[in-house]
Amino acid sequence: MGRVVIDVMPKPEILDPQGKAVAGALARLGFSEFGAARQGKRFELEVDGQVTEEVLARAREAATTLLSNPVIEDVVRVVPADAAPADGATSGGGPA
Amino acid sequence: MRVGVVTFPGSLDDVDAARAVRVAGGEAVPLWHGDEDLRGVDAVVLPGGFSYGDYLRCGAIARFAPVMREIVRLAGPPDQARPGLPVLGICNGFQVLCESHLLPGALIRNDHRKFVCRDQRLRVERTSTAWTNQYQDGEEIVIPLKNGEGGFVADDAVLDRIEGEGRVAFRYLDGNPNGSYRDIAGISNASGTVVGLMPHPEHAVDPLFGPDVAADGQPGTDGLRFFTSVLKAVLAA
Repeated sequence: MGRVVIDVMPKPEILDPQGKAVAGALARLGFSEFGAARQGKRFELEVDGQVTEEVLARAREAATTLLSNPVIEDVVRVVPADAAPADGATSGGGPA
Repeated sequence: MRVGVVTFPGSLDDVDAARAVRVAGGEAVPLWHGDEDLRGVDAVVLPGGFSYGDYLRCGAIARFAPVMREIVRLAGPPDQARPGLPVLGICNGFQVLCESHLLPGALIRNDHRKFVCRDQRLRVERTSTAWTNQYQDGEEIVIPLKNGEGGFVADDAVLDRIEGEGRVAFRYLDGNPNGSYRDIAGISNASGTVVGLMPHPEHAVDPLFGPDVAADGQPGTDGLRFFTSVLKAVLAA
């Protein structure tokens, strides 16, 4: 079983009300070292077998067709799950 | 005159929209999201609500419903001059029209992050559409507004273009309720057949149940002419 991770973020020029709410809450809780915050989405798609280049190509197609709206969002990453550790220790992978 | 009203899972205002069609003198034809054909209707209303639970993005999943394929095909590309099927998207229906690329832009969460529910004053800025031809240019109307994700956004180039082409159909007055860029409450396609707006004309068709604006000398039925407009447009086509 393979897994593809897709990260979608609101475009920088589009207002992100949820990110603003998060930034406000962080400041209230004393996390004063953080300024602005932006909130995006992470999708995990499972496939039978390995995550091949073909699977990644299909995932990119799904990302731009359904999982994001190009008017307001950017697909910032489409990578195999092993390149995107869930424990957050590193931030593997570059822009999709 | 047959006006289809689509019901998606999670639609909320389909019954009021159908009733508004009947009050205006038309026949309301219920359409189900899984329908492959439109039962020969002359126009379509995409009603308000929370289709597919607003999951993913508002309108994002409804866009791919079987009934939408035929609506998108018959409505035609947004920039084509030739009139296609008249389609009105109200609130969630407006979100579906933007996700379907029948109208430009997108709707995002209100800038103040709260749900807003109030009687809203609007200026009608385009009357050469299938849904607004019974209004006067610049006429001010009051109809209900209720949304959590009603902020209309697009990049500056798109905003400049739709303003330059006179495709802004409605603008908010007395304060911007949701952070919509340039106070835009509703827009139209090039030919004026497809119109989307966040406020709810279908909730303002009865004197007893519309906005309480009697003090202004208005009966609270400012939304009714959306539906008489489309009957006239279909007759003229």
